[in-house]
Amino acid sequence: MSDGSTATPPAGNPKSAYFLSHEDEAVERRTLAVMVDNEPGVLARVVGLFSGRGYNIDSLTVAEVDVNERRSRITIVTQGTPHILEQIEAQLLRIVPVEQVIDITKSKRGIERELALIKVAGKGEARVEALRISQIFRANVIDTTNESFIFELTGASEKITQFVDLMRPLGLVEVSRTGVLSIKRGKEKG
Amino acid sequence: MTTDTKTKPAAETLTMTGAEIVITALKEQGVEVMFGYPGGAVLPIYDALYNSDGIRHILVRHEQGAGHAAEGYARTTGKPGVCLVTSGPGATNMVTPIADAMMDSIPMVVLTGQVPTHLIGTDAFQECDTTGITRTCAKHNYLVTDVNQLARTLHEAFLIAKSGRPGPVVVDIPKDIQFATGTYVGKEGVHKPSYHPTTKPHPDAISATVDLMMHARRPVFYTGGGIINSGPKASDLLRELQNVTGYPVTSTLMGLGAFPASHPDWLGMVGMHGSFEANNAMHDCDLMICVGARFDDRVTGRIDAFSPNSKKVHIDIDPSSVNKIVRVDIPVIADCAEALAAILKEFKSRKAKKPDLKPWRQEIDIWRARKCFTYANSDSVIKPQHAVERLYELTRDRETYITTEVGQHQMWAAQFYHFDEPNRWMTSGGLGTMGYGLPAAVGVQAAHPDALVIDIAGEASIQMMTQELSTAVQHRLPVKVFILNNEWMGMVRQWQELLHGERYSHSYSETLPDFVKLAEAMGGHGIRCDNPAELDDKIREMIDHPGPVLFDCRVEKAENCLPMIPSGSAHNEMILGEIKGDEIGEAGKGLV
Ligand SMILES: Cc1ncc(C[n+]2csc(CCOP(=O)(O)OP(=O)(O)O)c2C)c(N)n1
Ligand SMILES: [Mg+2]
Repeated sequence: MSDGSTATPPAGNPKSAYFLSHEDEAVERRTLAVMVDNEPGVLARVVGLFSGRGYNIDSLTVAEVDVNERRSRITIVTQGTPHILEQIEAQLLRIVPVEQVIDITKSKRGIERELALIKVAGKGEARVEALRISQIFRANVIDTTNESFIFELTGASEKITQFVDLMRPLGLVEVSRTGVLSIKRGKEKG
Repeated sequence: MTTDTKTKPAAETLTMTGAEIVITALKEQGVEVMFGYPGGAVLPIYDALYNSDGIRHILVRHEQGAGHAAEGYARTTGKPGVCLVTSGPGATNMVTPIADAMMDSIPMVVLTGQVPTHLIGTDAFQECDTTGITRTCAKHNYLVTDVNQLARTLHEAFLIAKSGRPGPVVVDIPKDIQFATGTYVGKEGVHKPSYHPTTKPHPDAISATVDLMMHARRPVFYTGGGIINSGPKASDLLRELQNVTGYPVTSTLMGLGAFPASHPDWLGMVGMHGSFEANNAMHDCDLMICVGARFDDRVTGRIDAFSPNSKKVHIDIDPSSVNKIVRVDIPVIADCAEALAAILKEFKSRKAKKPDLKPWRQEIDIWRARKCFTYANSDSVIKPQHAVERLYELTRDRETYITTEVGQHQMWAAQFYHFDEPNRWMTSGGLGTMGYGLPAAVGVQAAHPDALVIDIAGEASIQMMTQELSTAVQHRLPVKVFILNNEWMGMVRQWQELLHGERYSHSYSETLPDFVKLAEAMGGHGIRCDNPAELDDKIREMIDHPGPVLFDCRVEKAENCLPMIPSGSAHNEMILGEIKGDEIGEAGKGLV
């Protein structure tokens, strides 16, 4: 019948198309750069595809990158088995304004960077320690009061996470992160 | 909106209102028929239509009817179906047909009115976020906010609807844009750079396919709706390729008619209610060539037991269909006709001796001999299978087009009505929309005014769109609705018998309309038959009646649609004779 609710995977082995669990395949993390025409609704199409088909989004960034061509670049960090990741790419390409999907992770020439703004408040020893660590991480201080700093930090996501973890006992107040941006090394485009 | 669609500067710039741009664009696109329903937000377009000839507008009774009529029209002509509806409820009523067309890859252009641009976002009267609502169920959609982009957008919508994997495209046009004056541009040169479907197969994929064919001892063509979408040429090429290879052919529900059912190598339909021989051939083949089908769960059955020993070739214009459900050995991303032509050429050029298919045919003949569609006929009550068989026999020599609703009758129609030509069979396969058949028949009849168009219906489904009979009467579209009236939502009842211990929860219609009176009340003709001896005469009466007919064919109430692969079972685990109640394991019960 053509209706009915989604079934939960049963215990035991029988499988159907509904829980196509390519169990033997391990989940991988991928960074995809999705080149799109910057037209109204395009981000909603891309994001809606992920929610509608049950794919994950770990992070998402988007901005217009070519004003004349009205081209935007969406960087998505996602996870899935190789089978799911293949589907994600194919489904993205089905979206009419999606021009190209670049698999940054698989390319081996990929560079990923993230920017974070981190607010830390404290006095005395903790404040000195926060500043000292920020220098090790080459973070910029972009705002300061007697009792607080805002650090600006760029780098790989892991580096930012590590920095945030170190700030936690030193008076971490809040964090704002851009999500991953990506590009490929070398002289070629895409 | 795209900016870089390059259009030739017109010799003279044509200035007109947005509403006139719509009509002009439709005409330039060759639209002859459209289906619609007016309302506040499309009145300027309706006004422009008033003064225009060349486009036949069919006024439906419910916007969903317009959508399915456009689908039926598109499916039978290969041209995009066009609908025009108002904002808010007009647009939301279109959502089901849009989703239906998306699932079955039907080219359709839906024009919706929208509140004026300055009111968008204010919860204005009859405002809804049409592009938001249809974003995930349409192939593409647009909200036009500049009258000078309107013509280009419409041309782009047609291009996208009919090319690549076809689908529905929605163009939402605010009322002020319809009134505003702007420049018309022609369709010439309109394209969308980001949109570039692959239609030509990669030569390596073709030679790899033919390499497999050179050694195949148990090959099968598994064909689908993509062949119909590709156009009549694809059906011709399939027939030619079959002729030179001698491979047996099965098809999905959507592909029926691409290969002639009268051909000795036709296996019948594949899948849940397909034939024993088709499903066993799929299970036991060593080479499966899938042409324009998508390994739907209704076809594959239990996926880890699906055709375990075959090499699989998948021809599809949509790369996302490939390796989605079933891993294939050779993906061929291309239009079906292009791929079939290339395979045919390559196959003919290989002079080496091909394996003898005789043993495979003999094996298939053993399956055929099971005569899986056998049913116990009766003198006292009309069996639904018998009714469809008689309908087929009495209409097969005419130019007949069949649409269906959804349920057992749909499957019996697929099993017992046989198609030798493409574009003769219109059914809601992917979405399974009850209510599809009558409006679809209206659309088909609009395309073929002199043909015999029959909706094989169920008494429950027909009540979802009965009002469209009035459309048929008004527009002199003599559609015939042949209701297999079993008083039950038969397919639901069958599943409750099979899966829910015969607890028939809300699947029986305690009351039903008197379909004869209903037909008459709506200006049609009603016929009732409950006697097998009278069936042929009454079917003839239906055929001979010059106007729309509702035929209330009272059939056996408890008949089950067999054979059947229960959910979660493999192709070689079909139920053939009778349902016992223990066929579906706990895992299968959770499936749909
Ligand atoms: C719009 C919609 N609602 C519900 C269903 C679920 N459904 C599938 S078949 C069916 C019963 C159809 O009954 P009927 O039209 O009498 O056909 P029969 O199976 O008796 O031939 C139902 C309710 C559906 N397919 N479509
Ligand atoms: Mg019924």
